[in-house]
Amino acid sequence: MAEFFQQVVAGLASGAIFAALALALVLIHRATGVINFAQGEMAMFTTYIAWTLIENHGLNMWLAFAVTLVFAFGLGVGLQRTVIRPIERASILTTVIVTIGLVLIFNGLAGLIWSAEVRAFPSPFPNDTWVIGGVAISQQDVGTFLVVLALVAILWAFFQFTKIGLALRASALNPDASRLVGVRVGWMLAIGWGLAAVLGAVAGILTAPTVFLDPNMMQAVLIYAFAAAVLGGIDSPFGAVAGGLMLGVGLNLIGTYVDFVGASLRLPVALLVILVVLLVKPAGLFGKTVTRRV
Amino acid sequence: MKRSELIRAGVFLLAAAAVFLLPRFISDFRAQEFAYVGIYFIALLGLNVLTGFTGQISLGHGAFMAIGGYTTAILISDQGLKLGGHTFSSDMKDIWTIPLAGLVAGIAGFLFGFPALRLTGLYLALATFAIAVAMPGLIKYDRFETFTGGGGGINLFESEGRTRPTETTDPITFETISEPIKILGLEVPTFNEWLYYLCWTVALVMFAVAWLLLRGRTGRSLRAIRDSELAAASSGVNLATYKTLAFGISAFYAGVAGSLLAIATTFVNPDTYPITLSIFLLVGVVVGGLGSLWPLVFGAIFIQFLPLWAQEVSKAQGAPAVVYGVILILVMLAMPGGVAGLLRRLQVLTSRGYHRGR
Amino acid sequence: MALLELRGVEARYGPVRALDGVSLAVEQGQIVAVLGANGAGKTTTLRSISGTVKRSGQIVFDGKPLGRRGPESVARLGVAHVPEGRGTFAEMSVEENLKLGAYVKRGAIDDDVARVSAYFPWIATRLDQHAGTLSGGEQQMLALARALMSHPRMLLLDEPSLGLAPIVTREIFRIVSELNEKEGLTVLVVEQNAAIALEVASYAYVLEVGKVAVSGPSEELARNESVRKSYLGY
Repeated sequence: MAEFFQQVVAGLASGAIFAALALALVLIHRATGVINFAQGEMAMFTTYIAWTLIENHGLNMWLAFAVTLVFAFGLGVGLQRTVIRPIERASILTTVIVTIGLVLIFNGLAGLIWSAEVRAFPSPFPNDTWVIGGVAISQQDVGTFLVVLALVAILWAFFQFTKIGLALRASALNPDASRLVGVRVGWMLAIGWGLAAVLGAVAGILTAPTVFLDPNMMQAVLIYAFAAAVLGGIDSPFGAVAGGLMLGVGLNLIGTYVDFVGASLRLPVALLVILVVLLVKPAGLFGKTVTRRV
Repeated sequence: MKRSELIRAGVFLLAAAAVFLLPRFISDFRAQEFAYVGIYFIALLGLNVLTGFTGQISLGHGAFMAIGGYTTAILISDQGLKLGGHTFSSDMKDIWTIPLAGLVAGIAGFLFGFPALRLTGLYLALATFAIAVAMPGLIKYDRFETFTGGGGGINLFESEGRTRPTETTDPITFETISEPIKILGLEVPTFNEWLYYLCWTVALVMFAVAWLLLRGRTGRSLRAIRDSELAAASSGVNLATYKTLAFGISAFYAGVAGSLLAIATTFVNPDTYPITLSIFLLVGVVVGGLGSLWPLVFGAIFIQFLPLWAQEVSKAQGAPAVVYGVILILVMLAMPGGVAGLLRRLQVLTSRGYHRGR
Repeated sequence: MALLELRGVEARYGPVRALDGVSLAVEQGQIVAVLGANGAGKTTTLRSISGTVKRSGQIVFDGKPLGRRGPESVARLGVAHVPEGRGTFAEMSVEENLKLGAYVKRGAIDDDVARVSAYFPWIATRLDQHAGTLSGGEQQMLALARALMSHPRMLLLDEPSLGLAPIVTREIFRIVSELNEKEGLTVLVVEQNAAIALEVASYAYVLEVGKVAVSGPSEELARNESVRKSYLGY
């Protein structure tokens, strides 16, 4: 029983990270109809920025994180304005390939600037555990889960209750009508990319302490994030978060209680999830099935 | 045959002749590189049928190449691989494993085409992406090891008496002695040249097949599906048939290419067909030009040579990737229609000039 | 000086030229109608003004040339465009639609909501309803209300009667008339239903194949049988 709770808690933490990155993917997809294959590498790159601020510039950890988030936002906005906007009307394939190009650039840049050495990354949370009723709960896990939850809540409030949040939602739903009421849709989309990049940066910062910092660290996470987004519904923010948490907990439990699924099969299981969901209900658990008007 | 088609056939024969003469002018090493161009060309032809013609995006064609490659490897090798009581040994003539590999891959592709009917656009891309990422893991899976050789891989030409061109190193002078091979009466001095001729013969044959297949009603139906499924269906095009057929054909081509790749590298393991291969295949099709045929050669050249060229720009760690990525984005921004699109634009420009002159 | 003036405006969709030199003027406080058959270029005229389509030629609003301004910029000048098909945000609530209408204005919108509710009383009671679940007529009224939220100088109204029953259409035109009388709102309305448009407008332009074929005060056009038969279909 103790094992069960421990796995659930650990699953919620890893699931929270998947959720954050999945939410970033969904945000961008809802706003610009693009799947950003480079979301993971952008997250990794911004995590390196945090690392270098702490290691090479002696910044206090929390200050470094704050600066990193601002940088991430700027990076997202900048990318949308320079690289994504020109291909707004191009085919899906063109956009897929451009984001693949971004994957190469960020991955290469990280190796170029900081070398591919595997590095330790400081964790914002203490390395302790709480013992409650015989169950050892990692403070890192709890912290991770709460941070992501808080971030998601803040974003939700932002979208629901602020004027810009309203404009952002409108731009994603109906860009033409939005322009007619005076919304600068182009900049709204850019802000969407910025927010997604911030989510990615948070995911990266929370991942790095446990998997260690290296240019390839977010690649597996990205695949889990895809699985989560597909599971929850690629256009549903709530689905992305729910999907992420479900996937995190599910993978941990399957790994613990189902015999032949060892650590090496975690990724294929996630991929299997993607395939099954896509075949049975492409819109995901919480997405809307799109009916095409003839 | 129409006159324009006769002209095209003539051009094709000229091109084929040029391809066969090329090894005389290039180094042995380059011949190997161009052999790889031929392999990619075949894979791109197939992927183009799927993506360029019916508009189904696949980020997983490397997996079909893997199926083809492993089929050939298992059939050729003498490693003692077993499947359900049957031990594989190399009774079969090597060359025939190539179309067989294509067939196996083609059937797999055709079968995948059925569930794929339910997926569109990005969803299909994600599904094929998932398969390609999972493939190395599946190959490595312990339960399949006796059959796939597991992580250790399969050597194609290890054992005695294999009919393969051999290169041995003189134990005293350390020079490479090659035994000349005869193909159709031609004596080819090295393995690389042999490989070149093998790959390009297959490539030219498959190109001709693709051209014949796509020029008539089939091609029009496929293109109609890409442009508007709804309109195509209303015009009587059987969507299910054509779409699954497209998957099967493209997988067949990929299987053949994968088989040639196995022969080229003489060794396969789970990492011979990584996810990056699938991604680069898609890149190659887009750079060559969706829906085009011979411009795909440029796509193949792009994916074979750009990584090498990027390394020449800078060998610093990570730099080649950055160069590749930047060029990729620039190409997409400047020529979203690929080389074929560029050629079409040039054609329009020059024809306009011609008319103005009149 | 007219509030809005178009001089030799051209617009195209790819190779197809939709407007081939259109000139018209709308005075402050007027209701002007743009009439004509399908494909004559009526909607494109409105789109040229709001900047939704690329155009050439001169468009001057309130003394300012519009140049190459896009819709976001034109909206800020005080032009509210209610497009063909209403352009409501179907997945948002009535209230959110209104909020978006007031986007270019700062500050609280409660007064404005009260103001538009005076013209459309049902809105006040259904603020939380999903806009997509409203009837066609209600959506048209919501689109109008949304346009009013920004206190526009001029309203561009594209085919308000589209898909609506005649009685609903009458109601909408009555409200437009009322807005014009009470608030001095200048209106440029595009309509296929020439009869009702001519009742409400004081001046009208009839487009044919991207050009102005006939124009004049509404009563004259309405009385002229040959004009009615050739251009207006009744």
